[in-house]
Amino acid sequence: MNEAPVSSRVVTDAPSRAGFSMLDLLWLVLPVGLLGLAAAWLVFADPLKVFDTGAPPVEHLTFERTLLDGEGIHLKVRAGGSEPMRIAQVQVDDAYWAFSQEPPGELARLATAWLHIPYPWVLGEAHKVKVITNTGTAFEHEIAVAVATPEPSANQLLPQALVGTFVGILPVAIGLMLFPVLSRLRQGGIAFVLALTVGLLAFLLVDTVEDAMELAGRTAAAFQGHVMVVVAGLSTFLLLLAAGRRHGAPTGLALAGYIALGIGLHNLGEGLAIGAAFAAGAAALGTFLVLGFTLHNVTEGIGIAAPLLKARPTLAHFAGLTLLAGAPAILGMWLGSLAYSPQWSALALAVGAGAILQVIVEVGAYLVRSSGGTTAALSTPATIGGVVLGIAVMYTTGMLVKI
Amino acid sequence: MQRWLQQRLSRRGMILSGVAATGASALGAVLAKVAAQSGGPHTAHNGPAPPSGQSVHAGGHNVHGHMISMGDVDSARNGFDPSALLSDWTTGTTSKLPDGRTLRSFEVVAEDKEIEIVPGVMFPAWTYNGRVPGPTLRVTEGDRVRIVFKNYGSHPHSMHFHGIHSARMDGVPGAGVIGPGAEFVYEFDALPFGCHLYHCHALPLKRHIHKGMYGAFIIDPDPARHPAEAAVARSRLLGSAENREWQELVMVMNAFDTNFDGENEVYAVNTVGHHYMKHAIKLERRRPVRIYLINVTEFDPINSFHLHGNFFDYYDHGTTLAPTLKTIDTVMQCQAQRGILEFTYRDHEPGQYMFHAHQSEFAELGWMGMFEVTGEVA
Repeated sequence: MNEAPVSSRVVTDAPSRAGFSMLDLLWLVLPVGLLGLAAAWLVFADPLKVFDTGAPPVEHLTFERTLLDGEGIHLKVRAGGSEPMRIAQVQVDDAYWAFSQEPPGELARLATAWLHIPYPWVLGEAHKVKVITNTGTAFEHEIAVAVATPEPSANQLLPQALVGTFVGILPVAIGLMLFPVLSRLRQGGIAFVLALTVGLLAFLLVDTVEDAMELAGRTAAAFQGHVMVVVAGLSTFLLLLAAGRRHGAPTGLALAGYIALGIGLHNLGEGLAIGAAFAAGAAALGTFLVLGFTLHNVTEGIGIAAPLLKARPTLAHFAGLTLLAGAPAILGMWLGSLAYSPQWSALALAVGAGAILQVIVEVGAYLVRSSGGTTAALSTPATIGGVVLGIAVMYTTGMLVKI
Repeated sequence: MQRWLQQRLSRRGMILSGVAATGASALGAVLAKVAAQSGGPHTAHNGPAPPSGQSVHAGGHNVHGHMISMGDVDSARNGFDPSALLSDWTTGTTSKLPDGRTLRSFEVVAEDKEIEIVPGVMFPAWTYNGRVPGPTLRVTEGDRVRIVFKNYGSHPHSMHFHGIHSARMDGVPGAGVIGPGAEFVYEFDALPFGCHLYHCHALPLKRHIHKGMYGAFIIDPDPARHPAEAAVARSRLLGSAENREWQELVMVMNAFDTNFDGENEVYAVNTVGHHYMKHAIKLERRRPVRIYLINVTEFDPINSFHLHGNFFDYYDHGTTLAPTLKTIDTVMQCQAQRGILEFTYRDHEPGQYMFHAHQSEFAELGWMGMFEVTGEVA
């Protein structure tokens, strides 16, 4: 976002040339032509034939979505083999079962298809689906707890929004309501609260990266899930850093806005995971657990309030920041329960991690500036204590939600 | 975050009811509602009822609804049809020996071959004469048997007969296991009469057996050697007038581990899973039925045969002329165990009668079939 000014600067900074000459063009055509020739030779002369040992092609199948309804079990699978692959049979709980594939036929590399299996699944029990390809390779998928997949209806989405409110919006609002108290703090106190914010953000960063990596491990091999997480996270970090510093390093309301955005993206990921849990049947979100999330996330509101302590925000600003940081939890729950695919969730979490890293840097920079511009401010007992306390609070309240 | 969700997703960690228990507070009530709704329309009953009335396979019976493999196997491409294989006896070429006995000569070749074992699933098999199970060799008690065995496969192979023979003819390493391109002649007297088998005894044994190297070896009793039970012996002797009355079927219970993880993906009789569900075996009511049942299933300790709506007499190993078990409807066999089943539908009404392994798992993975009994009721 907002990268246009950056790139235009790059172009203006480049040494000016009087257009391309024919020689330049040749040097462009030559390497591309060589690549084309090499590819054509590989395809037509088939020199790799000597490596053909007659072994069957490598096959991979990733199960991306699972839907259970009155018609049976529906699985979205993605092929990831070295050659197109063909699904021959489907077993459910060690029994061959009728199925239809949509679209039918061979699955090209990275192609997806839905398998519709009219299987009388049993509520609350586990089922094991085994997909067998024409080479006899079997791919297993466990449905740990069979529960009908939520449908996008008002009586489904509204209660989810309510849970999202408890997980995302309410804690941020509570944290921000401490603003009047916090604003009475002196410089040392403000530095402490800022350091606390850095600590909580550091916790969220680790938490988000861990979740992103775990999801990335369940994506099709071709997506290179772990690399995708790193690339998406760093890109987000750099883009947000550049965008945020268009008019100098962000302070006050702008900085609070970026913190809210970072926390919002983290809450989106949290919502995705909860929504996916609904979709996958782990609907047992106990009251205790949701209250745990609320408590866990109250610190987020304090973090957003920290850079505002020297500004004069209006009530509308508070409302806006609350929604920016909290509402994505609701959106995440909806998306997670309706359209759950590991690669998209991993991507969302990676973007969130990048955003959190950006605000850690910016809050740290703000802390240095507001303490007289020396990096010595980063190693005062108040700052170190704030960071440690921030992590400790998040870790301790995290115990409420990790079961 | 992700971790606790994983934990909660595990079957044992399910606490659906926990939500209702904490439902005292307003929040709890709302959450309970969410949990109940995510159960969707099925909280009231156990899962969906499958749509009815749709046949999913080409022909045959549909008593098992959707619990069946899709499509049908291309028998022409396989080069053998399990329906024809049931009564496809290979009796060899005969000649008289100077002492008056019959010499039966067979030629068997080992070859690698991809076969389709359940629709669409190819298995890289090792075969005798290009089929699994190999040819059903049928001889008469006391015959001199000579088998010229040629190995056209990619690995060492042999033919190890279950029967009486010398150590030199045993088909084990050092006595009849031959490398690719080699040839060996097995020769012995056909003894004792019964329902037997042969299989490859090259090592590792497990792999050579489950890859498809086995077949039925039936020795019919010689009535002249059993004067007290000559009539029974004649009914077992292929070619006799009494034997022609019988409907004889050979069934080799086998299984295939398609992904080589030591567990079978496909169970069957005569190789193709669900074949006799899709192509019922036709039987005439008035004629008695005799099944030569052989178990070669690898990886599982036992297999079994269960007959619906009927009982049979059982001759373990087929080496007796009187039943070893009378009036049973289920029999189990360990690997290489075999026997003869005799029964009749004479007093039954025509219809479809099932048979299958009574290990439900084997049945549901392909080892089930159907007898279609026809004929006017007198």
